[in-house]
Amino acid sequence: MPKVEYKGDSWMVDDDGFIDDFENWNQNWVEYTIGTEGVTEMTEDHWKLVNYIQEYFKEYGIAPMVRLLTKNTGFKLKYMYELFPSGPAKGACKVAGLPKPTGCV
Amino acid sequence: MAKFKTPLLDQLESGPWPSFVTDMKEMAKTKEEVNDLLGLLELSYKDKVGHWKHGGIVGVFGYGGGVIGRYTDRPDLFPGVEAFHTLRVNQPSSKFYTTEYLRKLCDIWEKHGSGMTNMHGSTGDIILLGCKTDELEPTFYDLTHDLGTDLGGSGSVLRSPACCIGKARCEFSCLDTQLLCHGITNEYQDELHRPAFPYKFKFKISGCANDCVASIARADCSIIGTWKDDIRIDQEAVRAYVAGEFAPDGGAFSGRDWGPFDITKEVVDLCPTRCMNWDGKNLKINNRECNRCMHCINVMPRALKVGLEQGATILVGGKAPILEGAQLSTLVIPFMEMQPPFDEFKAFVDKMWDWWMEEGRNRERIGELIQRKGMQEFIEVTEIKAVPQMIDHPRENPYIFWKEEEVEGGFTRDIHKYRKEHTI
Ligand code: SF4
Ligand code: SF4
Repeated sequence: MPKVEYKGDSWMVDDDGFIDDFENWNQNWVEYTIGTEGVTEMTEDHWKLVNYIQEYFKEYGIAPMVRLLTKNTGFKLKYMYELFPSGPAKGACKVAGLPKPTGCV
Repeated sequence: MAKFKTPLLDQLESGPWPSFVTDMKEMAKTKEEVNDLLGLLELSYKDKVGHWKHGGIVGVFGYGGGVIGRYTDRPDLFPGVEAFHTLRVNQPSSKFYTTEYLRKLCDIWEKHGSGMTNMHGSTGDIILLGCKTDELEPTFYDLTHDLGTDLGGSGSVLRSPACCIGKARCEFSCLDTQLLCHGITNEYQDELHRPAFPYKFKFKISGCANDCVASIARADCSIIGTWKDDIRIDQEAVRAYVAGEFAPDGGAFSGRDWGPFDITKEVVDLCPTRCMNWDGKNLKINNRECNRCMHCINVMPRALKVGLEQGATILVGGKAPILEGAQLSTLVIPFMEMQPPFDEFKAFVDKMWDWWMEEGRNRERIGELIQRKGMQEFIEVTEIKAVPQMIDHPRENPYIFWKEEEVEGGFTRDIHKYRKEHTI
């Protein structure tokens, strides 16, 4: 596993740049990953998506299906790709500090 | 110069057919990563395990599908294939290409990737094998801007729709398969590129029941051309086949002497619904009973032609074995007119998808959901009327049950008491 560093923090990541453990997620991780996922700034809507993904993950241990994302945030699929150009699975889940989703989102 | 010794791969070149190993060696002359790929494959053969890691999420901005992440577990030995992703490129309908397109495609791919292609993957897409992560966006840019093409589907999306050659070259086609294929590809761009389904979904379109794209076995929704009116018969030509003036089956089986053409044995007796009659002069077909299987037309194409009132039969639920066993699609709409803009068809698709997205479990194909919930629920949600053509034989009815409110006067029996005496 490669190691990445940002503003004094460091994390172990997998080939696709997902964090090794949700426990290690913090604000710096968000700042670091949005750069690679094509997000310039985290707006309220970005956080709404990330927060929901994290809540779901804490409860069920997996990433939510896309249908649940649209239902619970009220965001259209297309809008989610505007927020996170690499999509909810690769983009939002990575920023939210989830380990790589296995084909769910 | 070969970088690695590959005795196991070399053996594959000794057979009578062209070998992918030869192709890869050719490519390895200019592409270093293909040398590493040869070495990696040789090692896999030796170790009897694949040396690709499982999964991988990579992609291009704006899309959630179309790229499949691949990483080797031995980057120490084969650094050229450390990241070696697969791109799916949406094939044109019926795979009609100009040589110019193919040349450009190869140029783009040699510029950005390994130069290796697979024409085509089983879904139908053009497969570009071996892209480094940094080259994904530039490849995508050139494909869309210089070639005017697009990525295909991968993951839990609508996969690139595919169709047979249809009316472009086949006289049997009852459907403009290309128009429909192109139409649904454009209509469902969001579904194709941005995963939101429980699992993959495939449309495959065949112009007639010969089903050259095997839609019935491979598609979640099979669209198969058919006709409503009568088979057109040219009695003169029928007699010419019987007299041996025309080769049956378009001459397809002429490699062996099968004896003189026997219309009774080869056509009439093989009709699955036994609806044909040959009296030595004229061929009669009871079109009410004909199930449009295409057999007689295939054997005597100069004498028999598909009818003129054309449309399609829609079937749902085919798939390869994944969670459950393999399944063929089940007929749900015996006949639908298929004229652009295909509104009736799209309305059906929307209802079907709404239900599947609401009820489907993660990684559940629509055919499996129908198995779990019942065909009755499927035809209810898609507002299809159950008709006799949906079933094989009378009393082999797998999915139509009367509900109490549908029975005039209601049920008078106590169903529980009745079931005790008459167990199913
Ligand atoms: S499926 Fe029918 S229409 Fe299509 S190419 Fe085959 S024979 Fe022709
Ligand atoms: S198409 Fe098939 S079912 Fe119809 S008449 Fe010909 S052989 Fe019989």
